[in-house]
Amino acid sequence: MNAHSRDVGAAAGHIRADRVTIRLGAAGTFEAVSEASFEVRPGEFVCLLGPSGCGKSTLLGAMAGHIKPASGTFSVDGHPIDGPHPERGIVFQQHTLFPWKNVRDNVAFGLKMRGVKRGPRRLEADRMLELVGLAGSADRYPGQLSGGMQQRVEIARVLINQPKLLLMDEPFGALDALTRLRMQELLLDIWEQFRKTIVFVTHDIDEALLLADRIIVMQAQPGRIHEEIRVPFERPRSTDIITSGTFMQLKQHCLSLLHGDRRQDTLTRLSPLGAVRAAKA
Amino acid sequence: MERASTGRWLRRAASLAICLAFWQVASRFKLDLGIVTFQNVPSPVDVARAGLDFLQSPRFATHVASSVKRVLAGFALAALVGIALGLVIGRSRRLRDFLQTPLEILRPIPAVAWIPLAVLMFPSSELSMIYITFTGALFPIVLNTVHGVEHVDPRLIASARSLGSTRAAMLFEVILPAAAPNIVTGLVIGMGTCWFCLVTAEMISGQFGIGYYTWESYTLQNYPEIIVGMILIGLLGLGSSLLLRAAGKAALPWHRQENSR
Repeated sequence: MNAHSRDVGAAAGHIRADRVTIRLGAAGTFEAVSEASFEVRPGEFVCLLGPSGCGKSTLLGAMAGHIKPASGTFSVDGHPIDGPHPERGIVFQQHTLFPWKNVRDNVAFGLKMRGVKRGPRRLEADRMLELVGLAGSADRYPGQLSGGMQQRVEIARVLINQPKLLLMDEPFGALDALTRLRMQELLLDIWEQFRKTIVFVTHDIDEALLLADRIIVMQAQPGRIHEEIRVPFERPRSTDIITSGTFMQLKQHCLSLLHGDRRQDTLTRLSPLGAVRAAKA
Repeated sequence: MERASTGRWLRRAASLAICLAFWQVASRFKLDLGIVTFQNVPSPVDVARAGLDFLQSPRFATHVASSVKRVLAGFALAALVGIALGLVIGRSRRLRDFLQTPLEILRPIPAVAWIPLAVLMFPSSELSMIYITFTGALFPIVLNTVHGVEHVDPRLIASARSLGSTRAAMLFEVILPAAAPNIVTGLVIGMGTCWFCLVTAEMISGQFGIGYYTWESYTLQNYPEIIVGMILIGLLGLGSSLLLRAAGKAALPWHRQENSR
């Protein structure tokens, strides 16, 4: 525990975004995110929720330092973000483990980059693997693991760097429903222990409500922040809250935000199917 | 499973037997198909006889050894230079702009056209021959390495950078292993083209080498020996490619798992 709990007390991982605009494409013609301003407090769990194309992953990429905003400022603990750094760890949806390294060496990669000797870094990697429930799989290769296990390795590989920020880009999006629930519980469990600041991108309302302290709802064309929702459930949470009345109300609210005036669209898109069924009956 | 694989081996053997039988019949009856004529083609039996003679002669080992040495030297150099060039071209747009034009101009030049220059440029005929096999292997290795490097998943690179990867580690721990399957393909193809260029290279040779033996047989009009030389080159090329492929498989155990997933 000692190695990880060291920086828990330190108030670190404070994100501040001030009118961040991100342009993509060859000549920067496409405005992916338009003037986004928000703040994430140290140790807070925030979900970026929105339809595809709303710029939530782009915004996360900018926090990781892989994408440079066209204008506005983005800072962590007062330092402007300038390129990727191990203190801002990122977990993608799938297939970003090194397939040629076994699980232990994947997890130990960050320590190797910092010049930690083989013995200590392998010990530390094994401890991280135990934390995510994969103690027995250290010698296996990513190709031999299920999708859920691969994401556990991803999380261990980022946590070993003791990041101030954990950035997650739809990390459970490719998993089946049951595995996803289990992973959500695992993540909450880990977060309760370490209290890192987490920014978690998802388009799944249930996921956002289950995990987050606060949800930043985004809108597309151009991608921008629509509304912020505080999620009132007490911690530690369990998946039981999904069936509560407050959960339903919040979900309803999120749905109406996401659909907005496009509810009309969905209905017209559904009608051809209805027509076919009617004709058969 | 067992039966299916015996069936496959039977089919392979049968196709070889049919080719040989056709060759024997065609050369025996001096078959004339208008465009192609078998009038002066030695029969497989003649070739087999010449082959056995050659196998038993003391020159055989020397011929094979000098050819293998040249091919290995040319191939090893091409592998070193080719992988290095491929990595550099695949990673840096500036160096690509710088290197690509001369390489594209050199690439279509056939090995045989290099003979006079190779003789002029190198102090010994041995080095000239190694150079010609080198030109044969270089381009498949460069092109496949570039292809592999360019197609590394950008999210893999992004992950590595976020994990604090240094520049050297990015190259040796991420790019190189990710491109390794393509590099192996390039090496296997390059090994084939190395043997492909051998006869051309050994036209320069004074006395030894399978390519030299083939070329000498042509100038002396020993037709069965020409075919013996051709078959030997084919077999040596096949054998070395198979070895290399097996070595590649052994070196990249994760790649097999990925594919079978």
